[in-house]
Amino acid sequence: MTASGFPNSRVIGHDVARVEDEALIRGVGRFVDDIVLPGMLHVAFVRSPHAHAAILGIDPSGALGMPGVHAVLTLADLAPHLTDTRLVVAMPSPSYRQQLHRPVLADREVVHVGEPIAAVLADSRYLAEDAAALVDVDYDVLPVVADCVAALEPGSPTAHRDASSNLVAEMTVEYGDVAAAFAAAPHRFRERLWIHRGGSHSMECRGLVAVHDVLEDRLTVWSSTQMPHAAHRLLCDIMGLGERQIRVVTPDVGGGFGPKLIFYPEDVVVAVAARLLGRPVKWIEDRREHFVATTQERDQYWDVELATDDAGRVLGVRGLLVHDHGAWTARGVNVPQGAVAAMPLAYVVPAYSMAIKAAATNKVPVTPVRGAGQPQGVFAMERLLDSAARALGLDRAEIRRRNLVPAERMPYATPMRTRGGIPVVLDSGDYPRCQQMALDRADWAGFTARQQAARAEGRYIGIGLANYVEGTGRGPYEHVSVRIEPSGRIFVATGAAAMGQSTQTMLAQIVAEQLGADMSNIRVVTGDTAAAPLGIGGSNSRQAVLAGNSAHAAAIRVRERVLEAASQMLEVAAADLEIEGQRVRLKGAEEVGLTLSQVARAAAGQAGFSLPGQAGPGLAASEELVIDAMSYANGSAVVEVEVDIGTGAITIRNLVFAHDCGRALHPRIVDGQLMGGIAHGIGNALYEFMAYDENAQPVTTTLAEYLLVTATEMPPVTILHMESPTPLNPLGIKGVGEAGVIPIGAAVASAVEHALSSFGVRVNRLPLSPVDLLGLLNAATA
Amino acid sequence: MTSVAVGDETAMRRIGVTVNGTLQAGEVSVRLTLADFLRQDLKLTGTHLGCEHGVCGACTILLDGRAVRACLLLAVQVDGHSVTTVEGLAPSATVLHPLQEAFCAHHGLQCGFCTPGMLTTLVEFLKDCPDPSAEEVRVAISGNICRCTGYDSIVEATLSAAANMRDGS
Repeated sequence: MTASGFPNSRVIGHDVARVEDEALIRGVGRFVDDIVLPGMLHVAFVRSPHAHAAILGIDPSGALGMPGVHAVLTLADLAPHLTDTRLVVAMPSPSYRQQLHRPVLADREVVHVGEPIAAVLADSRYLAEDAAALVDVDYDVLPVVADCVAALEPGSPTAHRDASSNLVAEMTVEYGDVAAAFAAAPHRFRERLWIHRGGSHSMECRGLVAVHDVLEDRLTVWSSTQMPHAAHRLLCDIMGLGERQIRVVTPDVGGGFGPKLIFYPEDVVVAVAARLLGRPVKWIEDRREHFVATTQERDQYWDVELATDDAGRVLGVRGLLVHDHGAWTARGVNVPQGAVAAMPLAYVVPAYSMAIKAAATNKVPVTPVRGAGQPQGVFAMERLLDSAARALGLDRAEIRRRNLVPAERMPYATPMRTRGGIPVVLDSGDYPRCQQMALDRADWAGFTARQQAARAEGRYIGIGLANYVEGTGRGPYEHVSVRIEPSGRIFVATGAAAMGQSTQTMLAQIVAEQLGADMSNIRVVTGDTAAAPLGIGGSNSRQAVLAGNSAHAAAIRVRERVLEAASQMLEVAAADLEIEGQRVRLKGAEEVGLTLSQVARAAAGQAGFSLPGQAGPGLAASEELVIDAMSYANGSAVVEVEVDIGTGAITIRNLVFAHDCGRALHPRIVDGQLMGGIAHGIGNALYEFMAYDENAQPVTTTLAEYLLVTATEMPPVTILHMESPTPLNPLGIKGVGEAGVIPIGAAVASAVEHALSSFGVRVNRLPLSPVDLLGLLNAATA
Repeated sequence: MTSVAVGDETAMRRIGVTVNGTLQAGEVSVRLTLADFLRQDLKLTGTHLGCEHGVCGACTILLDGRAVRACLLLAVQVDGHSVTTVEGLAPSATVLHPLQEAFCAHHGLQCGFCTPGMLTTLVEFLKDCPDPSAEEVRVAISGNICRCTGYDSIVEATLSAAANMRDGS
């Protein structure tokens, strides 16, 4: 692809080779489980087999008697070394009705299957797992809360035995006069929806290695986390240690997709155990643990209503969202809040009122998975618009066109605020044109003829669409430092954390653009608290926006220093110099110049001698560009499906995804992010279901039961790009890491309903397995 | 061969296996998986474990040229056989296998965790099927899960590599 977004650039905007690939492609990357230290002990956790039970006693003697077992740690063993026995990680919100801070290890009560109770440390993982089975925990099983709606019924058992109710949080997101809008509206449409999403299922599960260096009294923790700086701060807090005494490093991370941004009980246990036992300690989560102990998204029940005028223009939206919060507050209320914030965002919605109730259940805590509630909010809005279009006799694309925020109103200040209180202002874009691009490529206009031809053959095909607007680049900042070493090599360090999104390539590109265009001369360190003093990390499609722009600003400052110092050394004007590869040289007389190494050594200074130029010592700069306002990306998905009414199988025949994330730093990486998200969205629409029985026992705990999309389920996908540079940052970029997943479920539902319109089927749920679909068909035709 | 009592997890057995062209001999626990033998005993950590129950395909290696799950085999089962891992695919430290070249050129990897299993699976596949259709490639990798790419770039990379391999480049 061409670099249309950056017309005069040499590196950014181009599909350059990724710096990550060299090691990964040969199998010599370093993931956390690849780290081996002498004398290392391995952890296996004793986990609750019950969804809810009192712990009457823990007897480790059977395990301790086994050869190769070094310790069995319970909360009583750890507590003397902790400032708090609970993980206080909830983001601030006035909506909480009770605090559910989870314990480092459960000691009196377990509230979900998989909750950790004890840690066994042994010479090998094999021995640790053997011994974990011999730790005898005496349980008294308690009543279980398995469903979030039932959880809020009067008389429901409580997920925590000492709680007075299961209501964890409640809030209402609202603006405008909704009651008046509905009272005056000629048309109202109501939908009751059940939307399920499952886990992230990065191919690499979680894991940590910790080692305590007694000489420096420093604990180093390698963690497969998206947020090393947050983990660092929380470890310092709970262990009562100074910042210098702990270093958190992310090695290669095999995917994140949300749950790895959470701080977990296992993180504390492994770190404390390494100090306690004076040995390196490793814990590698297995896939079954990932199903029962890593956070996930799950169930939301929406009861929503749309008011329109006769032309289908939206007058108001209102409703109630009941959200399955899980057993603990592992992050906050950001998933339902994100869902409700995303719901109206693409459209002009004059009045809005959505109530949220988050209910505790005896299941794994819910925290963001790629998309973080936004797919559900989009699903609810798009279902309502389809309902209105059908009743009003409007084309589904037309009702959306009439309501999308038009380009001429950009920037469009909505009455909403983000969870941090920052006004939601849609900064740029042309949503109607983006939708039209998708419709044209998918031949929306010609679909009726295709459908009639298929129907004549006894086949049921349908087409559907969905729009989204996504807040990306959540601030306030990300740290990046750029330094030219005396060798002439360029070292970049950042608080941004890489988990497969090409973060190192992205930063190397931006720095190379200013400093010689030689990617091979740049080394980028991500996610190391010893290399970057500040950092936030990977979430909210934020790192290209925040870290990218900090890198851009820092690289420009270093460039100015290079040119200033070289100008003095060469006795020529700085404006006549350029940086090419590892040299600074005179434009038009390339033999006149200096190596970056020569300039760096001069700028480093010598005792008693003046520095070259006026820019001060060293060739380095660090930046934490503060960008509070989010940049809003948008897109439209059109999906064509075929439904087999005999088997209930749904086949996606074609998928067109038109989107706008501002300028693309690396078009191929942008496509890769979108494709991964689209595949995830297809999984959420048709395959992924985290099932529990009525006792809150998880029943899909292998990848044979919980179905991830494979290559054969992927339809033909066409991605179309618009580029509306955001005015909110110097590079004009918006985030793209989560975009792909957001509209897919809604578009698939629209298409399936359309395919089965002759039966009057209404799609009010996700996912849609063949069994689910036959159920909807039977209900419609009964 | 010594006999081993069922359930004796401490029993050891001597094995000899050719890994990436080099004979490796040693004592292993009878319950050690092949994946752990490769990763821990031989320090070939390119073979990744994504599920340890045979579904995700990340740990796929070549056993006498056939793609198999290293998490579902015991080390003792490969005694006398030949194993190729991702570390053994590139002909030299400076030259990559055509599939590796193509994966890099087509953005066929993001986090890189599933990549070793994809590559070994495809090495076997292209040997059997040197001129595949895109659909055949999809079926070939349908036992390998990737959460990052959405697979299209892997299919493109494979078709490109197949063409290069047919051309002898």
